[in-house]
Amino acid sequence: MAKEIRHPAPGADAETRPYWEGAARGELVLQRCRACGTLQHRPRALCVTCLSGEIEHFVASGRGHLYTFTVTHQNQAPGFREACPYVLAYVELEEGPRLLTNVVGCEPSELRIGLPVRAEFAATDGEFPVPVFRPA
Amino acid sequence: MSLSGKVAIAGAFEHPTRWAPEKTELQIMAESARGALADCGLSLRDVDGLASAGISMGAMGIVQLAEYLNLKPRWLDGTNIGGSSFLAHVSHAAAAVHAGLCEVALILYGSTAASNALAIGTGLGGGGRDPAAAFVGPYGLTTVGSYALVARRHMERYGTRSEQLAEIAVTMRRHAALNPDAKMRRPITVADVLESRMISEPLHLLDCCIISDGGGALVVTRAARARELRKPPVMVLGCGEAVAHQELGAPDLLTIAARQSGAQALGMAGVAHADLDLCTVYDSFTITVLATLENLGFCKPGEGGSFVSGGRIGLGGELPVNPDGGGLSSNHPGMRGIFLAIEAVRQLRGECGPRQVEGARLALAHGTGGTLGVAHSGATLVLGRD
Repeated sequence: MAKEIRHPAPGADAETRPYWEGAARGELVLQRCRACGTLQHRPRALCVTCLSGEIEHFVASGRGHLYTFTVTHQNQAPGFREACPYVLAYVELEEGPRLLTNVVGCEPSELRIGLPVRAEFAATDGEFPVPVFRPA
Repeated sequence: MSLSGKVAIAGAFEHPTRWAPEKTELQIMAESARGALADCGLSLRDVDGLASAGISMGAMGIVQLAEYLNLKPRWLDGTNIGGSSFLAHVSHAAAAVHAGLCEVALILYGSTAASNALAIGTGLGGGGRDPAAAFVGPYGLTTVGSYALVARRHMERYGTRSEQLAEIAVTMRRHAALNPDAKMRRPITVADVLESRMISEPLHLLDCCIISDGGGALVVTRAARARELRKPPVMVLGCGEAVAHQELGAPDLLTIAARQSGAQALGMAGVAHADLDLCTVYDSFTITVLATLENLGFCKPGEGGSFVSGGRIGLGGELPVNPDGGGLSSNHPGMRGIFLAIEAVRQLRGECGPRQVEGARLALAHGTGGTLGVAHSGATLVLGRD
């Protein structure tokens, strides 16, 4: 692999701050609606299934598997240009939701759909790190 | 009361330019307007509705366009849902005309994406300040990457092969060779596609659309009015729009917006798949065509790979797709939806010379806008001869 990705800082607001503050603690935080029980990601101030405002956050296992991926060979954006080829992927979490993310710590040739992965946290240009995944 | 068959595309024009560093985008739009109005025998004074979208248009771009053209329309549509916008503009214009909100709607697009060296497919990566983009931007999602995620999933689930995706690029290039305005006309082979450099696996350079300058225009009016104009009217028989996105964190990447918008448009038109003589499909990448044809229902999910092979989507095949060569070979000035409608109109009028689909009476145009595996729009039109 080339250089590591220099991740742009994720913008946080009142709705998403618990997710990013969790990331800063090394925790992958998901939302569940207390009223109807639906899990949702990305985080929102209310449940968009039943419109209840009774949302709770919980720490997910951080375990999942590769749902799909692409090895990116070209991206002109600074921070990514130098990191090509890098792996963009959807990871399906044990809890259900699928996250767009990067897979790190392995050769692209080792990747296959279904590969078990676990979350870790990568520093960004800003206050909060972002979850990325590594083969479990 | 359905608008199906009550509204027509009366004028259409594709700007022949593919490289116009000396022109502004507004100029390309105005030249395209001149072409489409001349095509149907109307003048700018007849226009009382205006629609457009663009990559570099600001939030009030439609107002600035009206100012440039010194128009004071009574109906405006600046809807921007990505490259499919212009097909949505046609359906919005049809509804407006049908409801009497305007009489002659002009839909415009113009772009100097190539001469401005815009990195459309492979230049994203930031977007960190937008809280919604925060779940995408930090990971280096590119436009092509979002489509590649779908392609990889399709291959895993159904055994689709790169050779089958390459067939799409080869077919578009074969069509482009018959289109004197097309940017890329030299024939290519499946091997050429597979040997071209990898951009975002499994998509190679030749799985990706080109980038050009260009523009186009459409004129939409009542069917009765259109019948009095210069060219045979092309009827708007059905239309539909849809979005597909990450939902609550469980995207089914292989179900795309085309499923919903296509079903609505075909249902409204009362048209079956077998009735259609050709399709124009947004071919940003080869996988876009395969996923679109499956979701429109031309074949079952997973059968796209074999459907696009064996000449079926080529001229003379069962369902010719993009006889003009599409975005993969003819033109792709950043957003391509307007050309899908323009080529369908030209085919239904029988104006296409060596690339004409013989006796074409019914066409379907489908545009995809945005990032396929992440968040995208779809807009479908079913168009037919009077």
